[in-house]
Amino acid sequence: MSGPPGKFNIGWLRGYTVVYLIFIYLPILLLPIFSFNDGIYVAFPMSGFTFQWWAEMVSQPGMHKALWNSIAVAVPVSLISTILGMMGAKALTSYPLYGARALTGMFTLPLVTPFLILGIALLITFKNYGINLSLFTVGVGHVLICVPFSLFVLLSRLESFDRSLEEAALDLGETPWIVFWRVTFPINMPGIVASLLLTFTISFDEFLLAFFLTGDASTLPIFIWSQLRFPVKLPSVLALGSAILVVTVFIVVVAELLRRKGSTRSTGKVI
Amino acid sequence: MPASSFISIQDVSKHFGSIVAVDDIDVEINRGEFFALLGPSGCGKTTLLRMLAGFEIPTRGEIFIDGEQMSGVAPYRRPVNMVFQNYAIFPHLNVFQNIAFGLRKDRLAGDELKTRVNNALSLIKMKEFGERKPEELSGGQRQRVALARALVKNPKVLLLDEPLGALDKSLREQMQLELRQLQKIVGVTFVFVTHDQEEALTMSDRIAVMSAGKVLEVGSPDDLYERPQTRFVAEFLGTMNVFDGSVHARDGDSYIVDTRDLGRIRAGVGAQEFSDGEKISVALRPENLKIVNSQTSEDIDGSVSGVMSNTAYFGNSAQVYVTLDGSEQALVVSIQNQDGAASNVAHGSRDITIGWSRSSVLLLKDA
Ligand SMILES: Nc1ncnc2c1ncn2[C@@H]1O[C@H](COP(=O)(O)OP(=O)(O)O)[C@@H](O)[C@H]1O
Ligand SMILES: [Mg+2]
Repeated sequence: MSGPPGKFNIGWLRGYTVVYLIFIYLPILLLPIFSFNDGIYVAFPMSGFTFQWWAEMVSQPGMHKALWNSIAVAVPVSLISTILGMMGAKALTSYPLYGARALTGMFTLPLVTPFLILGIALLITFKNYGINLSLFTVGVGHVLICVPFSLFVLLSRLESFDRSLEEAALDLGETPWIVFWRVTFPINMPGIVASLLLTFTISFDEFLLAFFLTGDASTLPIFIWSQLRFPVKLPSVLALGSAILVVTVFIVVVAELLRRKGSTRSTGKVI
Repeated sequence: MPASSFISIQDVSKHFGSIVAVDDIDVEINRGEFFALLGPSGCGKTTLLRMLAGFEIPTRGEIFIDGEQMSGVAPYRRPVNMVFQNYAIFPHLNVFQNIAFGLRKDRLAGDELKTRVNNALSLIKMKEFGERKPEELSGGQRQRVALARALVKNPKVLLLDEPLGALDKSLREQMQLELRQLQKIVGVTFVFVTHDQEEALTMSDRIAVMSAGKVLEVGSPDDLYERPQTRFVAEFLGTMNVFDGSVHARDGDSYIVDTRDLGRIRAGVGAQEFSDGEKISVALRPENLKIVNSQTSEDIDGSVSGVMSNTAYFGNSAQVYVTLDGSEQALVVSIQNQDGAASNVAHGSRDITIGWSRSSVLLLKDA
């Protein structure tokens, strides 16, 4: 005799899912919780509620500089990777390119190469050509890893984009360049914004490449890492981490919503 | 070679790799004509239209529009506009902006732009719809917006790729009339792609019938329907009874033709000449066949007997399916339903004789 085959499995699956979710989110939740704890040790029982660490974090001298450095890298990186990603996605979807699949595969290679290796390789390359390490070299490294993300976000957009809209615009007398700005760009705007937000957060959070490629100027993740050497700084790092977490989650959710909204609407097909 | 007609398509071929989509086509289209490209799906109609628009470059051959050679002329510089099969309405713009899209270059003053677009809107009877977004429009309305968007540019030629294909039957019939009327009003040359023979017959001044990348025949609807030259055209336009045969001899103003299914018959001499012994096809329209009985008074030059297998009513007419004696071939006869004629036939004897006049027998090349 055997019971309904699905029941048993689903019970287990449910349990597994709950454990998995706790595993993912509990450590992350500890960050904001302990950033309000009145004590320097991250351990239960908590000793009281305080804003002290958030205040300390905000007034931290190196923090502002590092935050500014990170933004100064992430903004151009997101713009440049999105432009490059757009050009790649446009080429891959517009023409019957020979070897398009292989090409797409090649573009993804930086994603699966360990960043450790990538960081060392870039470091050696820059040193070889006598290029001094700076925020610029960090930016170059970040573009390298951001372009594949941008490419994939925009590829999934452009694949559902009706190319006859571009032909219609050409037919109505506009040159390809104007067609891009009057038709392709506005219709694929949600995908472009999603790509900008995604690549911004990737660059903003990235540690390993920045660690290898930055000179004296440190980005925010590197600043955080350097702070961890001092136990008394830990709670204010938790506060900073919480702040970054909130902003990042917000941006990623917005990006994803935009990406989805875009791909169901505005394909130009009769619904 | 410069062209004398308005649109001249000269020896044009288009290959996609090993696929020959358009195979050495020559067509001349006159100014102001409603010209249809008719053929089954995959015969190369869209490819030919896209070469006129400039989206495909001919592998061989030349296209002239109003005396100008089109090779090397980009789509955005051609004096043609297109209504796309899926309409390609810009989803991020409202109806007004869609129609005004192509007028940016004309640098019209605000008022003049408004007037032009509003005129176009009233031409398609959608005056109140300027502010609507495309997703709020029905299929028929989208089709009209696509039409207005193209016509507002005052093109020399309007290209339409199966513009009515996505509409349901009654709307399609209504749009056929409207489109034809619109073309008369604006006087623009229309090149219209369709796979629907009825649509081509009812709407066009002239039709080019295409098959497998080639144009088989070009002519007016009645030319092609009444006097087809090839078996493909005869069978593609309307219902046709076609039999294999061979020419026995010419006898004055008629040919004597041997067929397996109809025996030896006579056919009037048409536009085509045949030599003795030539293999041909013999074609008879269902409406040119008559059921022969004791009261039949019309001229009958030939007849064949058979057994009625089925009748199909269409109200004012009926089709009678006859299995010929001595061969298993079927013959379709269309009769006018006057005074209950169809009903009489259906309930009369199943053994009947079918007759025809010599002039209604069509002889076609390529048996
Ligand atoms: N871009 C293309 N690449 C390869 N083959 C094509 C392309 N466009 C059309 N074809 C082929 O050319 C032939 C004619 O196509 P098409 O002009 O679309 O026919 P129709 O419009 O009459 O249905 C078809 O066999 C089609 O598969
Ligand atoms: Mg087609």
